[in-house]
Amino acid sequence: MTTHRTDRPKKQIHLAAHFPGVNNTTVWSDPSSGSHIEFDSFVEFAQIAERGLFDFMFLAEGLRLREQAGKIYDLDVVGRPDTFTVLAALAAVTDHLGLTGTINSTFNEPYEVARQFATLDHLSEGRAAWNVVTSWDAFTGENFRRGGYLPQSERYERARTFLDAAIRLWDTWKGDEILADKASGTFISTPAPGAFEHRDSQFDISGRFNVPRSPQGRPVIFQAGDSEEGRDFAAAKADAIFSRHSHLEDGQRFYADVKGRLEGFGRRHEDLLILPAATYVLADTDAEAVELAREIRLQQVSPATAIKLLEQLWNRDLSDHDPDGPLPTVDPSENDDLIAKGRASARSHGDRLEQAERWREISRAKGLSTRETIVEVTGRQSFIGSAETIASTIDDYVQADAADGYILVPHITPGGLAPFVDHVVPLLQERGVFRTAYEGATLRENLGLREPTR
Amino acid sequence: MTAPTPRLRLAVALDGAGWHPAAWREPNARPGDLLTPGYWADIVQEAEAGLLDFVTIEDSLSIQTDAPFGAEDDDRTDRVRGRLDAVLLVSRIAPLTRHIGIVPTAVVTHTEPFHLSKAIATLDYVSRGRAGVRVQVAPRARDAALFGRREFPEISYADLDSPAGEALLQEAFDEATDYVEVLRRLWDSWEDDAEIRDVATGRFIDRDKIHYIDFEGLHFDVKGPSITPRPPQGQPVVAALAHRDRPFELVGRSADVGFVTPRTPADIASITARIRTAQDAAGRSGETVHVFGDLVVVLDETEQGAQDRLARLDEAAGATYESDALVFTGTPAALADLLATWHAAGLSGFRLRPAVLPHDLRQITQGLVPELQRRGLFHDAYEATTLRGALGLPRPTSRYATTEGTPA
Repeated sequence: MTTHRTDRPKKQIHLAAHFPGVNNTTVWSDPSSGSHIEFDSFVEFAQIAERGLFDFMFLAEGLRLREQAGKIYDLDVVGRPDTFTVLAALAAVTDHLGLTGTINSTFNEPYEVARQFATLDHLSEGRAAWNVVTSWDAFTGENFRRGGYLPQSERYERARTFLDAAIRLWDTWKGDEILADKASGTFISTPAPGAFEHRDSQFDISGRFNVPRSPQGRPVIFQAGDSEEGRDFAAAKADAIFSRHSHLEDGQRFYADVKGRLEGFGRRHEDLLILPAATYVLADTDAEAVELAREIRLQQVSPATAIKLLEQLWNRDLSDHDPDGPLPTVDPSENDDLIAKGRASARSHGDRLEQAERWREISRAKGLSTRETIVEVTGRQSFIGSAETIASTIDDYVQADAADGYILVPHITPGGLAPFVDHVVPLLQERGVFRTAYEGATLRENLGLREPTR
Repeated sequence: MTAPTPRLRLAVALDGAGWHPAAWREPNARPGDLLTPGYWADIVQEAEAGLLDFVTIEDSLSIQTDAPFGAEDDDRTDRVRGRLDAVLLVSRIAPLTRHIGIVPTAVVTHTEPFHLSKAIATLDYVSRGRAGVRVQVAPRARDAALFGRREFPEISYADLDSPAGEALLQEAFDEATDYVEVLRRLWDSWEDDAEIRDVATGRFIDRDKIHYIDFEGLHFDVKGPSITPRPPQGQPVVAALAHRDRPFELVGRSADVGFVTPRTPADIASITARIRTAQDAAGRSGETVHVFGDLVVVLDETEQGAQDRLARLDEAAGATYESDALVFTGTPAALADLLATWHAAGLSGFRLRPAVLPHDLRQITQGLVPELQRRGLFHDAYEATTLRGALGLPRPTSRYATTEGTPA
């Protein structure tokens, strides 16, 4: 059991919902699995999250269909809507739920993205949030004017300057310029609202920003990278981190590390929320949940998927490998041109060797086949158990500073979130660690974040 | 050539408080609400109550100005300034409407065709088949500076006919042509039945039905396929406003609807001829390309009332209102007369620009529409479920389809 500090009031937990994505976490083969593209799926998902008083829903993004060995990857969900457009539509069918979109800072321009987020914030009356991601691969660049790619060393430089430019644009309007005084004929109080000039290593832009200040001033800023540079970027600029550290010890390590960086950037401990992505398996009893979790893992890692995941680590063609046999004896390829394209998990050969060795150790120690090993070492669910167990675990983890809350990733679209909302949320409310009504008017207020300083 | 249409089509162009620069000062204008979803929902729902075929929403990357071809933004404080992104605005309204087509303006000179393609495809999903896009060029130094990636010469409106002006327009419309080609290829890049969810083989898609578009052009190369499956209409509707030859060519070659600005019935014949020539040259003779007349409308129960209102607006604005389109001032019945004449002269529909919102929109929905219905020129109810359907456009098969004609 975990311990937590008793010298402070219990932290309130933040909860959010990640629309199921295009990786093997999502079990599309389940008979209850719905569309990933029809708007009704998004409406249902968002309304379940809002019924559960969640802070926000989260959309990921990928700007090119994934490929493996030169072919479009077909074993997972493929295809998704445009992030901004679907979030704007969801603002019409929800009243409180935050709308967080992942938008790339490499294959967009600050003026346009600033316009789109300011618009989304107006249209949702203060519920917009931006997960700032960077991408550098030439593969994705083939879909864009920008083309080419950004050296990896420059991607955070671009993200930083992109965000700085966007903030400059949002801050060009103070919020009191529009008078719309019919009698005097004065629409705006000042002749050139929105005027800006921004020059840095990446951008040289000027003119007048044409979206007046939105309810939140600027969207809530998320960051998702895990590298040293990504952590510094988050500590310097972000309001929240979408992390992958959902277990107790690695969560605590990450939490302490990133929160420890804040002071160096002149920020307070509470200015940055740590919100790991987390999966869950909920059943009537813990034993049933464990069994169900294993069944879901086998659905997520079919024999064919096992081989594809194996190839991603080995970075070589293993299509003839037997998923029910032992791991390959051959080592991962030394080629750093990756067999899998359009995935964030680029690894160097050294890392691959090390990881393959770890897989082999586990396989040997437990006597597992290739597929069983992959089931074991990838994507185990974060929270498994009865509603009581999951509620107490989440509460314990948050109070133990492994997180400030979780971004839940259901494996069934769109209804997989409902059991959590119906069974776990009431228990968290009984514990006094989760809201019983939305308290704020904006996402920023619901997250307990301060107004941004200018 | 397209067959004569049994009724005329009717759209409205929405911009801020209306097209007249003093519109926001009118008694029932809501100038303080222009950035709120409620304002736009009310306006578009009014248009839908009037059975209009679609609405368009104006947009621009740069801030509004009274001199769009000037080198600098103006510094007027007596005009509406500031707006919302039109694509997102209509997406916010789509779930609140059921029938009306929604056609945002999108700038195609500086933006990414890949992003716009998936945005309009998504709008088509959100609206269940009612999406279109009106493409607009912005080859201006003011707009280019917002992106900082290209430079354009500063050319005044008067100089657009000079060789330098012609060259600029040529470049911008060549790029727009490429842009629309990319939009269309990306919409087709997934065949309709690409998502198979074949549990037996574990395949979510049939990747043989998802296609690279391999577009290569002067300003961009786009590999594809889209990340968004083929939208409900297959091809959302593409529209463009055109005043001269190169834009007419874009309409004929690439668009489903062209908005044009004739002043007389004689103009209609010459404009439509130029568009049909471009259409034929592009090998689209068998396809429907609608030519809509754009008109700014100032409407009232009496002709005198309308003229008085325009005079009041002009006085408030400090100038006589001028437009690229004819400014019609009068009663809904007189407007119906004009539309009937121009419809007979070869326009398949009209895009009316209300001088004042909501006043002139209500004159359209509550005055003009019943008048047109009485004359048998307009429908009495929505019949089609998609915008293409409303425009009499078939749902096309993907250009990449490999299964056409094969038994299921």
